[in-house]
Amino acid sequence: MSGPIITLCEGFVQNIQLFVMTLLLAIPLGLVIALGSMSRFTPLRWLTRVFVWIIRGTPLMLQLMVVLYAPGLIFHIPMSNRVLAAVIAFVINYAAYFSEIYRGGIESIPKGQYEAGQVLGMTKTQIFFKVVLMQVVKRIVPPMGNEVITLVKDTSLARVIGVMEILMKADTFTKQGLIWPLFSSALFFLAFNGVLTLFFGWLEKKLDYYRV
Amino acid sequence: MSILEVKGLKKDFDNLKVLKGIDFSLERGETLAIIGASGSGKTTLLRCLNFLETPTQGQILVDGKVVFDAANQKMLSDKEVRDRRLHFGLVFQSFNLFPQYTALKNVTLAKELLAKERPDFKSNKKKILEEIREEGRAVLDSVGLLKKVDYYPHQLSGGQQQRVAIARALMLSPDILCFDEPTSALDPELTGEVLKVIRGLSEKNTTMVIVTHEMQFARDVSDQVLFLDKGTVAEYGTPKQVFENPREERTKQFLERYFQN
Repeated sequence: MSGPIITLCEGFVQNIQLFVMTLLLAIPLGLVIALGSMSRFTPLRWLTRVFVWIIRGTPLMLQLMVVLYAPGLIFHIPMSNRVLAAVIAFVINYAAYFSEIYRGGIESIPKGQYEAGQVLGMTKTQIFFKVVLMQVVKRIVPPMGNEVITLVKDTSLARVIGVMEILMKADTFTKQGLIWPLFSSALFFLAFNGVLTLFFGWLEKKLDYYRV
Repeated sequence: MSILEVKGLKKDFDNLKVLKGIDFSLERGETLAIIGASGSGKTTLLRCLNFLETPTQGQILVDGKVVFDAANQKMLSDKEVRDRRLHFGLVFQSFNLFPQYTALKNVTLAKELLAKERPDFKSNKKKILEEIREEGRAVLDSVGLLKKVDYYPHQLSGGQQQRVAIARALMLSPDILCFDEPTSALDPELTGEVLKVIRGLSEKNTTMVIVTHEMQFARDVSDQVLFLDKGTVAEYGTPKQVFENPREERTKQFLERYFQN
């Protein structure tokens, strides 16, 4: 019994690794995309919006395959690292979703907040960082919590390009006639997402001292 | 010399002419009340003074110095625009306090950020910030809110929030303090405390421009009254002149409507 459990743990470490790397890169990249989609320079705004449309409009599973195979087929530089391909696909996909959450958050801040900063002689940068940002953060915590929890589960999609994550490892036992490892992999996701749920609950409470 | 002079100010929004040539001047220490029906351009005029709108034509002079000239708009640096802005303070109808900061921080934030530009800021950081906080407490005390310095905006009543907003504007000692219908968003029982603070400022000879629907208040507190009608100055004079002996028929009609209610 301990054999499969160790194997599942090894698999889940791969999921966590994908999760952490995706978050670290997609959170800032999402902000860049959000700023692009709100740009006053129309071509840039359209370009980012078309990009977001494509990424949100196609299956993540397909995007994983494209990232793995396209470099070899188009540029003749085969993608040799499957984990890297998975991280790239996840980062692009999640940054697109994050950008829409950021954009919604930024656009929901009343114009009066910017104007109050302006008449007090603040610079644009000061208004963004000192006035607007914390109000945006408070508004986006709940939808970001949703996305982050979805990401934990989506990491298992990496198996379609052969990344040895937990479901793929568990499935090797299914082929030997042992079904419980596959079913028990759910517990890993549940436990991890339980911790994340508690964290986001704590964060919302922590930001409860002000209302926006 | 007048502290504020507005010359031939016009503002169009696309094809809509909101201000059609406004002229007036204000002496230091005086209070100007701007009255008029909704849509007459009162708020737009105030927003032009505060650089929230760019006038289509005209000039704005502070203390004899041109701070805005539509005919000669050279590219100003960010810093120059901010310096010119600081001649004016603005209290909004909807307060626009920063919700994530306490009353005190709302009042001190802008001054702290300005202090960072001082050459001696790094060496004297602690002392400068403490002085600013002390000043912030004093200003909040002057609007009767010393006990509320550590409260967040959502913990305060509308009247208290608006008084914090007044303190926030006072903190930067503007030459001209502007109010955009400061009591219109308040419940009737809360307007008194805000009007009292503004009255107090007027008695201390703060130079103010007040857009208001409170006719009785405008009459009591102002030195000059400007009645705007459809983007033009219909009547301009002392409260006695405007309220008791209006020259124009439209002023009479406007005032009758108000005092009937």
